[in-house]
Formats: sequence, C-alpha cells, structure tokens
Amino acid sequence: MSAVEEIASQAPAVEAVPKRAMTLSSGTAFVIVLLLLVVPLFVKNFIIFQMTMLLIYGLAVLALNILTGGSGQFSLGNSAFYAIGAYTSAILMEQYNINYALTLPVAGVICFGAGFLFGQPALRLSGVYLALATFALATAMPQILKLGFFEKWTGGVQGLVVTKPDAPFGLPMSQDMWLYYFTLAITIAIYIFSVNLLRSRSGRAFMAIRDNEIAASAMGIDVATYKTLAFGVSAGITGVAGGLGAIAVQFVAPDSYTITLAISLFLGMVVGGVGWLPGSFVGSAFIIFVPNIAEGISKGLSGAVFGVLLFLVIFLVPHGSRQVAMVAQQLLGKLRK
Amino acid sequence: MELFTNQVLAGIATGAIYACMALAVVMIYQAIDHLNFAQGEMAMFSTFISWQLMQWGLPYWAAFIATLIFSFIGGIAIERVLFKPLTKAPILTQVAGFIALFSIINSCAGLIWDFTIKQYPTPFGSSPFLGSQLISTHQAGMIGITLLLLVGLYFFFQYTRVGLAMRAAAALPESARLVGINTSWMIALGWGMAAAIGSIAGMLIAPVVFLEPNMMGGVLIYGFAAAVLGGLTSPFGAVLGGFLVGIFENLAGTYIPHVGNEMKLPIALALIISVLVIKPAGLFGRNIVKRV
Repeated sequence: MSAVEEIASQAPAVEAVPKRAMTLSSGTAFVIVLLLLVVPLFVKNFIIFQMTMLLIYGLAVLALNILTGGSGQFSLGNSAFYAIGAYTSAILMEQYNINYALTLPVAGVICFGAGFLFGQPALRLSGVYLALATFALATAMPQILKLGFFEKWTGGVQGLVVTKPDAPFGLPMSQDMWLYYFTLAITIAIYIFSVNLLRSRSGRAFMAIRDNEIAASAMGIDVATYKTLAFGVSAGITGVAGGLGAIAVQFVAPDSYTITLAISLFLGMVVGGVGWLPGSFVGSAFIIFVPNIAEGISKGLSGAVFGVLLFLVIFLVPHGSRQVAMVAQQLLGKLRK
Repeated sequence: MELFTNQVLAGIATGAIYACMALAVVMIYQAIDHLNFAQGEMAMFSTFISWQLMQWGLPYWAAFIATLIFSFIGGIAIERVLFKPLTKAPILTQVAGFIALFSIINSCAGLIWDFTIKQYPTPFGSSPFLGSQLISTHQAGMIGITLLLLVGLYFFFQYTRVGLAMRAAAALPESARLVGINTSWMIALGWGMAAAIGSIAGMLIAPVVFLEPNMMGGVLIYGFAAAVLGGLTSPFGAVLGGFLVGIFENLAGTYIPHVGNEMKLPIALALIISVLVIKPAGLFGRNIVKRV
C-alpha cells in the first residue's frame, strides 16, 4: 500500500437530529397514553397480547435507538442482550421462584454490565467493523445458550417454560390484560428515563460523539466512558425488554434469539426514524404486523412481499416515521395560521 | 504434525470458497462504500439461472458465460432501479434496502425453484488432486480461478482507464466529478462487476454446498468476515483473509475441545475481532485519517 494515508472528512454515519425534534410534544403524548390505556378494555385477548409485544419490541428498538441515534454506534448484537435478559428472568422465576417483577431489574443490571463490558473492545471499532463485532455476538449467543455446561439452568436446546403471572390484589382482569398494563407502566417509565437521559449532560455528550468524535474529545468529553456507557444503557433496556418478552411469550429457547431478531430490531429503528424516540414504537409495529400482512397477501411469496413493502416505506419516507411526523406538524402549523 | 498439515490443507480448500465471496464483497465495497447484505442472494440467484440453462441443455461453459452476462446486467439494473433513488437517503436506510432486496430474492428463488437441494455439476471433476485426499480437483480449480480473478482485477484497476475512474469515483466522488468522471455510472458498473464476480463465486461454491435458496447464508458471513479481516480496501487482502478464515475455522474445530460445527463460526468471528482490535482497518487495509 502507498505510504500516503488517505484523508477524509466524512459525514457522520448517523445524521444529526436536533434535540427538540427527538421527542413528542406533551399534548400528543397525553393523547397517545390515553389511547394506550383505554383501547385494551374493548379488544380481544389476542390483540392485547400483540399490543404487549408491540410495547416490548418498542422498548428494544428504543434501546437500539439510544445507541445508534444517540451515540452513533451501530449494533447488530442487541438480540444477544435481549436473550440474556429473557434468560435471566426465566431462570430466576422458574429455578429460584423469585417474583416476576423483581427479576426485571436484575435482568436490566446484568445486561447493563454485559453491554458495558462488550463496549470496551468495541471502542476501537466503528462502522462496518463494529457491525461485524456485534454481529459475532448475535450469532454466538444461541450457541452459548445451548452449551452443555449451562444446561442445568437454561434447559439446553429445549429452553424453559415460564408461568404467566396472575393479576395481583384480586383485580378482576385477565392475565393478558394485567401483563399489558404492567408492561405499559414499565414502558412509560423507561421512555421518560430515556428522554431525560438524552436531555442531560450525558445525552449531550452522546450526541456530540455521534456528530464528531474528534471535536467531542477536543471539547473535553471522555469519549471512551460515554461510548461504553451508551452500550451499557442500551443493553440494560434491551435486557428489561427481553425479560418482559420471556414473561409475555411464556417460553425461552436459544433459537428465538438469533440474528433475525437483531435484524428486525434494526429495521424497526430505520422505519421508525433513527434518533427519534417515539418512532421506536412505530418501527416496532412495522416489524410485528408487516410480516403478518405479507403472509396474508401471498403465502409462498411472503418474503418478497415483505421486501417490497419495506422498499415502499424507505422510498416514500427515507427518514422513517420521523419524516411523517414532521410533515404533519408543518401542516398543523399552517392550519393554525 | 500430519493432522495439522491435513487440517491446514482442508482449511485452504474451504477458504477458497470464502476468498471468492470476499472478493465480490470488496468489489462492491470499493464502488459504493458499504457492505451489500444481498450479495449472497444475488450470487445464489445467478447460480440458479446457470443451473436452469444447463437443464435446458446448454453446455457448462456456455451457461457460465451467459450467467456472467446476465448477472452483470442484472447488477446494473438493480442499482439503477432500486438504489439510485436512495443515494441521498441516510446510510442506515440504504442498509435496510439491502435487507429488503435479500428478502425479495430469497423468496422469489424459493418460489421458482423450490427449497429442495439440487446437485450442481463441476467442470473440474472431483477426483483427488495430485494424490491428496483432502483437496479435490474441483477445489484446486476453484483456488485457481479465484487467483486468476484476483490478478485480472488487479490489472483492471491498475492499468485501465475505467479501473482508474472507478477508483477515483469511490475515493473522492466530488473531485472525480470535477475531472469529468460520470460517478453515478461508475457505481452502477461496480454493482454489475460485483454481481458478476458473485455469480462466479456462486457457481464454484454450488458443487460443494449444493444448490438451494439458502446456500449462501453461511458463506456470505464468512465472506464478510474474510473481507473485513483482510481489509475492505484490498482485493488481495480479501483473498488472503478468505484462506486464513478457512484455516482458522478448521484448526479451531480440530484442536479446541467441545467445538462442534455450530461453534466454529462464533470462534472464527471472535478471532477476527481480536485481530481487528489490534489492527482496526484489517490486515491490509489503508488507515483513513479523519479530519474534523
């Protein structure tokens, strides 16, 4: 290779999102929360279950969004953290009879640790190299869970069956509905936490690193700490989502957490709009419902239909649902005048 | 010691597959600056086309050439129709586009040719090569073609006008435009060439892994890994990376206890990441100095 090194002043991989544009106005948020509270009272149990899954995947996409949209690091390995969270909850509940609600913080903390540790070697990598490293994590995880050494706890290839919790205090609601409201409460709490995190000093540091790492370090930001912190937080939230997912699906097995899950989460983030937190839930709806719709249109060609739908979405709105929300906001603004 | 040599030889034989795929990966990375996740599926589709042509009675080499031309045109068409409109979209959106393309091609191939495993002929025969039980003549031929391709590409990029223009368009698109290079068509050309190289890889790999719509899944991952290990900017590095990954994988399977077939991939990847942590641009990649 030539001795002359290339010099590039590249645009950052993730474009800058203004801080204000990352969240919803309080009025819109109020309406959405109200809808989320009321709708389950009028629909069937299966739809309630799907809404629960929507919130759970939404959390996982949100976590990825903090990592990629916030700190500009790309990950295909979040399915691994999801798996760790799911297994932590399942093992604590089934093998040690610990209350399901208490297992979630444990899952979060363990995943935070795992993410923080994984963030260390990942520090030296960026772009496609980081993608490959996280990808390796995602492919290794199902195999690690299958190892004979852990079989005592994980149940090996067969996985573990998880019992669904009943509503507490004798509340007159079905298990599904209780689990939905439980998930909703946690989702809202984590959402508020994430919004505040991105508004805080740490959040500004994340965004500075995303926009220009060299400039950020010149401004006195400890790049290594904040990058690993972003990995930790993202993994922690994914872990909680994984724990909730295990409780909702009532089953954990190594093959539920393959690279396909990581790719789904990634697609959810892109469709929702990278760096726009509310979009995470739009993206989650996309990855839950669109494959079903595709299957409904054509059984044999469901993959092709899914691909075409995905192409349509990215052709029409390359910036995901964030773009739709912005156009809507502008239209509203014009109407008011 | 004999076990070791044998395993290295076997590793080189499988490595040839990865090297071939890695070459296609580097090719497109040079042209468009990111990894194409649908590359393997494009190669698989081309391989099916050649199989179909042979079923209709064409001789091997005629089908081979026809498939090359088809893939070249197909690659350009995909770029013009699907990815040119996305040039201005964010990078992550384009990656989502690759995933969509993956899904479409895989599903269509499944519908046209179904998911049963098919035999694929080899022009080199499959008898032992020079008396060695580990490398068959097919694998030797595969290594030969990969190296030939590498030399050909080297001359193309170093000594032809088009090759130079393509390098310029990839390295500094704006300056290249200023000196009159049609960068948009250089990207399309890159797609076409990558698709053609991918189809060669597919046709060489098919006799080993058998032909079916999911045949490229594993191979593409190894191809990526090999390309990243060798350095994404260097075709030579990619080929060497392919052989190294093949050897690693075999040695890990032989010498580390409890490593079944399924653990081979994570271990190979872990090793590659360790290399990357020490040399972040790959073994032969150029370091890019970033400016604020």
